[in-house]
Amino acid sequence: MSELKVPTMAEMMASEQNPDVLFWVGCAGSFDDRAKKITRALVKILNNVGVNFAVLGSEESCTGDPAKRAGNEFLFQMQAMGNIQVLNGYEIKKIVTTCPHCFNTLKNEYPELGGNYEVLHHSEFLQNLINEGKLTIQGGAFKGQKITFHDPCYLGRANDVYEAPRVLIEKLDAELVEMKRCKTNGFCCGAGGGQMFKEAEKGNKEVNIERTEEAIELKPDIIATGCPFCMTMMTDGVKLKDKETEIKIFDLAELIAKANDL
Amino acid sequence: MISSIIFIALVIAASALFAKNVKTIIRNIKLGKDIDRSDRKKERYLLMAKVALGQSKMVVRPVAGLLHIIVYAGFIIINIEVLEIVLDGIFGTHRLFSFLGSFYYGLIASFEVLALLVLVSCLIFLIRRNVLRLKRFSGVEMTSWPRSDANYILITEVLLMSAFLIMNAADSSLQNLNSFHYTQVGSFPISGLFVSSLSSISESGLIMLERSLWWFHIVGIFAFLNYLPYSKHFHILLAFPNVFYSKLEPKGQFENMAAVKKEVALMFDPAADPYAAPVEPQGEPLRFGAKDVTDLTWKQLMDSYTCTECGRCTSVCPANITGKLLSPRKIMMDTRDRLVEVGNGIDKNGKDFNDGKSLIRDYITEEEILACTSCNACTEACPVNNDPLSVIIDLRRYLIMEESKAPSEWTGIFTNIENNGAPWQFAQADRLKWKDE
Repeated sequence: MSELKVPTMAEMMASEQNPDVLFWVGCAGSFDDRAKKITRALVKILNNVGVNFAVLGSEESCTGDPAKRAGNEFLFQMQAMGNIQVLNGYEIKKIVTTCPHCFNTLKNEYPELGGNYEVLHHSEFLQNLINEGKLTIQGGAFKGQKITFHDPCYLGRANDVYEAPRVLIEKLDAELVEMKRCKTNGFCCGAGGGQMFKEAEKGNKEVNIERTEEAIELKPDIIATGCPFCMTMMTDGVKLKDKETEIKIFDLAELIAKANDL
Repeated sequence: MISSIIFIALVIAASALFAKNVKTIIRNIKLGKDIDRSDRKKERYLLMAKVALGQSKMVVRPVAGLLHIIVYAGFIIINIEVLEIVLDGIFGTHRLFSFLGSFYYGLIASFEVLALLVLVSCLIFLIRRNVLRLKRFSGVEMTSWPRSDANYILITEVLLMSAFLIMNAADSSLQNLNSFHYTQVGSFPISGLFVSSLSSISESGLIMLERSLWWFHIVGIFAFLNYLPYSKHFHILLAFPNVFYSKLEPKGQFENMAAVKKEVALMFDPAADPYAAPVEPQGEPLRFGAKDVTDLTWKQLMDSYTCTECGRCTSVCPANITGKLLSPRKIMMDTRDRLVEVGNGIDKNGKDFNDGKSLIRDYITEEEILACTSCNACTEACPVNNDPLSVIIDLRRYLIMEESKAPSEWTGIFTNIENNGAPWQFAQADRLKWKDE
């Protein structure tokens, strides 16, 4: 395994360097075993392209998103104010993150509290790298594979990012197939609004099963997504449906890292 | 002459009653908290033109969308005819605008075509609701009144359009008889088709038929007007301001509560005296989140009056689809029903009345509020840009911040976020461990 170069802001500061972009890893990206692979995949791409980035490391803390969606505005604003102090202290201008929940909160809810940054989801960031000619994707590994993209609610409907993920998938020379409920009509994985962290209310089905069934109907080789929580829900769904040998679930960053053999 | 006087009295009475009921609704909406939606005017007008006037979100479902546009266009255009009817009624004239000549003939002909289209569309709507029983029109909140309300509206429209067409047929027969008063106004493309079936009726019989249908039509319209404030059908008026005052921020952006901002700023202020007596704002005590409708904003309350119970929100709600209790339509309907109850209470008992009830629990249960994934499918689907999600979040805020009633798993994540900066129990110092794994 190649060494990952992951400078922290503190190290950058100490050596009087300034990164072009801060990679906001997020709690899932830092601690969830499956999401950590997404984090590593993105870092591999950033290292490979030579992007001058840094992370906050132990100075990063939850954006407060789950607290806010669950109704705990106090805790959210406490977290936000703490993070803004750190971010502003480092004079951060641009942030990229692999988590649509962090993305939404940093981009939309922090400015009013004094945190103004250009915030990008990694799908947008990678698309920009491609547009600037810094990143090229070798399609070979996924040529002809059937890939469906599950729109994360906080990326799609919440922030109208529908195209960037699809552009990336198309660059893989893969066959992009859409679920019936996609883009503005995308169907939730069941994790948002604090549901990730608690049992669902009484019903006749789990939300992630409903969504996984829809994806399985297309008989895809891969379900792609761009959110660590969607990743968990879809992975669980596919396992419960006994399809984990036929259908793999990958984040966009992982697809690109694999395609480029990183 | 006498008929003119009766007619004028009717117009005044119908308008006055309508104005009174509208005023009550405006008063009720104003019971909500203030929120500033006066910015970005140009964008708002464009949005209103697109979503309300242009029905852009209706056509997402093509069948219902097309039928709705027919009924909506018919409603607006046929109102030109209503203007003539009102003026005829006041002045005792008949077809006042017929001096416009061929333009008028064309207008009448197009009204007839529209009337038929509206009639057919309403019949299809009735079939969808009562024969095909589309799933969207059922649900726990679709009790007998909401179902009847929908049917009353559709049946009224069918009756009004039928009266209009039969009236024209009688008029047409009278024109053929060169009856006095009944000026020639060209051909009637729809009612002309069944003029012959009226041939056995005498001239006086035809006049009676035409007059009674004329009265039925216009009295029906006045009655319908006054039914609106009691009905979901009020959306035909509120859809416009409601879309105008839409949330323009990205759907994922939830408002940062101002009251909390003050408290948090104090906590971050090193100069703040932790032992100082808290400064309570004058007047009503501060409450975090919404317990009752008066804790919501006027826009959320306007949403509730604008809701026409179409159920598009509920039909795309992941919680509802998977059998949970939550239904965004019910959230809107409960908000309105509670607001009407509060408003009636104020009318009867004065401004400070308190019936000890609240939106939460008496109308909406905790179980419903907790089931929401905040996915915004409901707000995306709503043809009039209602925001049931914001109501759900405000109710959650009340549960969590005022009553500390969180499910135990949530209490856990709150503690973890507070103590170690992540919803799970991992040390903040370990946030970079993934690098070396």
